Amino acid sequence: MIPLSSYLIVGAILFGLSIAGIVLNRNNLIIILMCIELMLLAVNTNFVAFSHYLGDNIGEVFVFFILTVAAAEAAIGLAILMVLYRHRQNISVDELDSLKG
Amino acid sequence: MLVQNIVFYATAALLVFSGFMMIISRNPVRSALFLVLAFVASSVLWILLEAEFLGLVLVFVYVGAVMTLFLFVIMMLYLDWQHIRGGFVKYLPLGGLIVAAMVGLMIFIISPNHFGLLLPVEHGADYSNIKELGEVLYTQYAYPFELAAVLLLVAIISAISLSHQGKTKNKTQDVSKQVQANPDERVRLVKMPVEKKQ
Repeated sequence: MIPLSSYLIVGAILFGLSIAGIVLNRNNLIIILMCIELMLLAVNTNFVAFSHYLGDNIGEVFVFFILTVAAAEAAIGLAILMVLYRHRQNISVDELDSLKG
Repeated sequence: MLVQNIVFYATAALLVFSGFMMIISRNPVRSALFLVLAFVASSVLWILLEAEFLGLVLVFVYVGAVMTLFLFVIMMLYLDWQHIRGGFVKYLPLGGLIVAAMVGLMIFIISPNHFGLLLPVEHGADYSNIKELGEVLYTQYAYPFELAAVLLLVAIISAISLSHQGKTKNKTQDVSKQVQANPDERVRLVKMPVEKKQ
């Protein structure tokens, strides 16, 4: 029998990997958006695991709503990225310093 | 039980590997494809956790729609991907150290000593995950469900209005121009002498 902590450890490792991806790929906004998707996936895995082990399917309902919000977020994020690329011909996060005083 | 263990550890290893390859690969198309692999692997994990509906939705919605959108956007951008990733080596030592410390702390907290003893609720062969989920979703959570639909509509409208290019290629009629049309600009009467028959 697989213990609950195995699923939680997989989720924690995925979460850490996606944070590392956000920190390391500072020049590529697309990779950062993909890392956010991976982060949400890790959190969803935790929700599904707890929902199964506690015998309560409210966690799965939560995952359903998180999937909806994540899909909306990906669509809007990619649209903003296209507008940014049209304005600057560039998607580097380090060069987005127009608001710096 | 043994088959379950084998499937779990193989899939978890595949998931961590594809996540790792996603953040280190140079080509964004390749990292999008590794993210697809991560989604498929974690849908296997979810089906192993008896969340069949959500596992299938993950494959349909994420692999089928969201990752296709990502690949479209990657191919629309005309960028020099090889030279775009400065700073990877610069941030690697400190970032790697902090992330390793954080993951180590999380694993220490959720170690088998604290969460290992919980046993799952056993379901019979006639257990239907979709039925259970639907019964909760359409009764107790009907109002949030409608709100999620509205949220998706808002996302559609905002994505289209953000990325819309304007009317340059549009053939709609401009009503104000049509109303302001003046006969003097359109018709020119020319007087010329009558020519005789040869």
